[in-house]
Amino acid sequence: MKQNDIFFHGRGETLYVDDLGGFAGLLHAAVLPSPVARGRLLRLDASAARRLPGVVAVLTAADIPGENQIGGILLDEPLLADGELHFAGQPVALAVAETPRQARQALAAVRLEVEELEPLLDPRQAAARGSLIAPPRTFALGDVEAAWPLCAHVVSGRAETGGQEHLYLETQAAVAVPGEKDTLRVISATQSPSGVQRIVARVLGVPMSQVAVEVYRLGGAFGGKEDQATAWAALAALAARALRRPVKLALERREDMRCTGKRHPYSSDFRLGLDAEGRILAYEVTFYQNAGAAADLSTAILERTLFHAGNSYRIPNLRATGYSCRTNLPPFTAFRGFGAPQAMFVLEAALFLAAEKMGLEPAELQRRNLLHEGDELPYGQKLANSRAARCFDQAVSAFDLEAARERVRAYNAANALSKKGLALMPVCFGISFTSTHLNQAGALVHVYTDGSVSVSTGAVEMGQGVNGKIQLAAARTLGTASRRLRIESTCTQRVANTSPTAASTGADLNGRAAELACREIRARLLQVAAARLGIPAGELDIRADAVLRAGQKTGLGWEELVQAAYMARVNLSAQAHYATPGIRFDRASEKGEPFAYHVFGTALVEATIDGLRGVADVDAVRAVHDAGASLSPLVDRGQAEGGIVQGIGWVTLEELLYSDKGKLLTDTLSTYKVPDIRTAPATIEVRFLKDAPNPAALLGSKAVGEPPFMYGIGAYFALLAALRAFRPGKPLPFSAPLTNEKILAWLSE
Amino acid sequence: MAAGIAFLLNGREVRTSLPPGTALVDFLRDGQRLTGTRIGCREGDCGACTVLLGRLEDGRVRYRAVASCLFPLGDVAGCHVVTIEGLNHDGLTPVQQDFVSEGASQCGFCTPGLVVSLTGFLLEDPALETEDAVSAVEGNICRCTGYAAIRRAIERLLREARPAALAAGPEGRLDALVGRGVVPAYFSGIPAQLRELPAEAAPKREPADAVVVAGGTDLFVQRGPELAERKLRLLAHRDGFTGIWPAPDRLFIGAAATVAGLMESPLVAAVFPPLPGFLRLVSSTQVRHRATVGGNIVNASPIGDLSVILLALDAGIGLRCGARTRERKLRDFFLGYKKLDLKPGEVVAWLSLPVTRQGVRLHFEKVARRRRQDIASVNAAIGLEAEDGRITAAHAAAGGVAPVPLYLRRASAFLAGREVSPATVREFIGIAASETAPISDVRGATAYKQALLRRLLFAHFLELFPDRIGAGDLP
Repeated sequence: MKQNDIFFHGRGETLYVDDLGGFAGLLHAAVLPSPVARGRLLRLDASAARRLPGVVAVLTAADIPGENQIGGILLDEPLLADGELHFAGQPVALAVAETPRQARQALAAVRLEVEELEPLLDPRQAAARGSLIAPPRTFALGDVEAAWPLCAHVVSGRAETGGQEHLYLETQAAVAVPGEKDTLRVISATQSPSGVQRIVARVLGVPMSQVAVEVYRLGGAFGGKEDQATAWAALAALAARALRRPVKLALERREDMRCTGKRHPYSSDFRLGLDAEGRILAYEVTFYQNAGAAADLSTAILERTLFHAGNSYRIPNLRATGYSCRTNLPPFTAFRGFGAPQAMFVLEAALFLAAEKMGLEPAELQRRNLLHEGDELPYGQKLANSRAARCFDQAVSAFDLEAARERVRAYNAANALSKKGLALMPVCFGISFTSTHLNQAGALVHVYTDGSVSVSTGAVEMGQGVNGKIQLAAARTLGTASRRLRIESTCTQRVANTSPTAASTGADLNGRAAELACREIRARLLQVAAARLGIPAGELDIRADAVLRAGQKTGLGWEELVQAAYMARVNLSAQAHYATPGIRFDRASEKGEPFAYHVFGTALVEATIDGLRGVADVDAVRAVHDAGASLSPLVDRGQAEGGIVQGIGWVTLEELLYSDKGKLLTDTLSTYKVPDIRTAPATIEVRFLKDAPNPAALLGSKAVGEPPFMYGIGAYFALLAALRAFRPGKPLPFSAPLTNEKILAWLSE
Repeated sequence: MAAGIAFLLNGREVRTSLPPGTALVDFLRDGQRLTGTRIGCREGDCGACTVLLGRLEDGRVRYRAVASCLFPLGDVAGCHVVTIEGLNHDGLTPVQQDFVSEGASQCGFCTPGLVVSLTGFLLEDPALETEDAVSAVEGNICRCTGYAAIRRAIERLLREARPAALAAGPEGRLDALVGRGVVPAYFSGIPAQLRELPAEAAPKREPADAVVVAGGTDLFVQRGPELAERKLRLLAHRDGFTGIWPAPDRLFIGAAATVAGLMESPLVAAVFPPLPGFLRLVSSTQVRHRATVGGNIVNASPIGDLSVILLALDAGIGLRCGARTRERKLRDFFLGYKKLDLKPGEVVAWLSLPVTRQGVRLHFEKVARRRRQDIASVNAAIGLEAEDGRITAAHAAAGGVAPVPLYLRRASAFLAGREVSPATVREFIGIAASETAPISDVRGATAYKQALLRRLLFAHFLELFPDRIGAGDLP
């Protein structure tokens, strides 16, 4: 317990970047953001700012010794603006001073001359003008055109989903500390330590080996620190390098909200065709992704949108096309679900519309079209170990869908000004980075002579419990007690070339790497034990700190064994590397087997609308979720519950508003509202699918971070069902978030 | 007497000569390296910086959770400031333990704030009901857990701690909680230590340009860093500005009375029974512990909840300059957007609420993006007297529909003497609507606010006269 973060969390003793002390001579940096969404930087005069008390420097693009380029997938994002301004909030200059206040006062004294140009904000408009991040992509299965004539029912329409601010409670932050021989240590709140290392080295024009990046933990991330932590770390590094002093850059909330990317807004066109029995025959969908002003991870996110265009449904003929549209908003980025929620929302909208047309409950259509074993997915992979129907049917029976429907009917009959609705939300989510090369991880394990163990991996702990899972897997493999293990900070000098902790794969990849390293050490220890006990190693086992033979203690314990190994000059350290086997994807044909496995589940969501005031409440979410053989039900439950509420926030409450000049208006917690304890449903019940071990991941477990987010989409359709109870016939909106304002508009117009 | 601000910080006495306008959170984090108190938003909207503030009141220390990002250091003089570090002892407190057991902490950033809020609840709440404990953390945002595990931790905590805490009675509560390790043993000695603190120096003559700070919960949001560099006139505990006191025909509310003070006041509950319930819709527990009635009015937000409620209660406002106090009707005090009938040197001293024999029937409606801790899109209040369905006097007000918290003059006058009927309500709504001109902003478009206002005004009558107005009468 005392090794675990949660013990220290409760005591307020865990340290986030802004809490770290002990940097003698620390300077503070602050960033001057572009005041316009699109324009030209004509002149920047920092002379007055540089004269202010406490101000040490004001740095601009001209001060960058290496490349002024932080783009990851595409090289299209300068660290500091150089002539052109592409979005409001784009870093233009960096003030460095003795205090954060002085640094911000310096920014206020920088004189900018800017020519403002008309910004491009709408993705469809961008697509029409050819303003794309990359050429459009299409995933296709079967023959959509041939299928339309066979359809008994065809529905079509448009669906929109808004962006979403991550609102990690710890804002973006980094400290850069110069060392001897031009080295630099960067402590960054990032999900991608190696990504930060690479970009810092590029910006400074030094080899990566001169830059060490270390991450202790993140105060929440949700994708928002996968690519978007990099700029701040690079800026701190730039200043530390230039001034030869430690520099901290910690964004204030409003700066963070204005300057950093969020979940991509999408606008999509859909057409869905079904036969007379309600079986899907054809689905055609076009996604317009608002990528913002730079690529960031947009192309990878759009790719996952296409992978999940069909969600949990069998669609024999499908054509899904995606446009990643370049606009003048801050570059949108990774956020839990990574493009899949946007795709699933569209298909649920289409199914809802079709069910209304056919006079069926949406759940009937959902059930009839669920994926089954061996079904071909739009990207060519054949579905293995399908649990779609199992989860759906268990949700229907365990949560008594019929009784819930009856409750809703009775309530709606009895209340004129308040109506309830419910919806089911099945989810099928592929696990693995869709960029195949990222599916690798490293680990470094040391056993010290007193028997304590140090485990380093590439995983970043951000509250998702990855360290606890790795600790459990490592302890089990070694055969020692969890309390002897320390999961170290993530540091590029201990584990190199890490993939971001993302795509729900943190425990799968890094846990496996740690397991492999521990296996090596275990094998060596067994040899030592064999020599000492005079028993063949094959007959020995190490469990619970004891060497066993045929289940019986041999008398040789962990500490003695480790000491013996050391005396025998046996290597007590191991480094290991894991790469997910069997996955591949060919972007030319858009076919392959990109996923190691899929996660399944179904949620039942109930919601109420106060029709007088136009106020929505999500009352209950109950889900049957496939967590495999969970490594930690407590952690996995927390991931599921947290994801569900974030998903509800996305489709109901959380709304990003921009001025027509492209400036974010909802840039504070008082204007951008996330769920609080009263918004969260009073009832959230997550049941894990029983007897469902997963052969494809660590100790039978399954990734859990992202899939539950998409249960939240059910809240949107439960609310639509409630609206429908007020007024039959009137077309319903497919435009998330369904805010109180939209609800009242629908009710009163 | 020594210069500076003297107070107890966790277990020890502290004296600082930092400017009184320094935000408490900065003193804690930068000055004392107490980094368990975190900065999530600096506008009192996330709860990560929650600390407890203990003050001697009637011989007992009363603890209240406050947002330390909105709290002037000057106002902690003579108080006991408790941060998460001040709750820690060996191992975990029951609150911490239950968070661990239920997995109620993921990234951990918000956890200390939650632990502090709940500890404050255990120290002070009279009944320790689960839903009230949930209310105690309405101001604590957690982005990771979805709150389900936090709810479970709360339920477990109350299951374990409630019986003994209640059995100990109000006087014995602190010792009972010390006994269970909810707070460390040094808490028992705090009252004596507080008594020994040097008395606060009587306020010197403040310069004319001093910034008047009552609760500061909006000032620190708007002008936070600047306040450390300005002279302040702190009113929160100044005689003549605090408390709630009765007069024969009215109730006086000191300008520095807090929203929580109003909610807890037996006087208020006796005269305006539904008011404490409505005030739960105002901000969060942490902010209500600090936000003042006078501040809400002087802030002149067109959407201030208290302003709208007080207008509906036909409040008067006492404006003090030196020894002189003049009284105006509150409805005449708001002149235009953020423009008040407040002369240089004047401060709001009190509000006065007429108390009639028959009693006023008060109703308040508020719709925001989020049900709790949010600024309304539109709010509306009505105070009326009626006999057998005939209205004898009425005062209606609405926020978010004009540059000021709007007293609906013509609509209020229209109601006097009318029988409550669907036709009356329809006409009332029509007149009220004609008095308003909402603008489009982040809280909603004009059309939305117009529609919402109509519905909230209707809701007044639906709630107050259910026997006369039904759902079917919605125009």
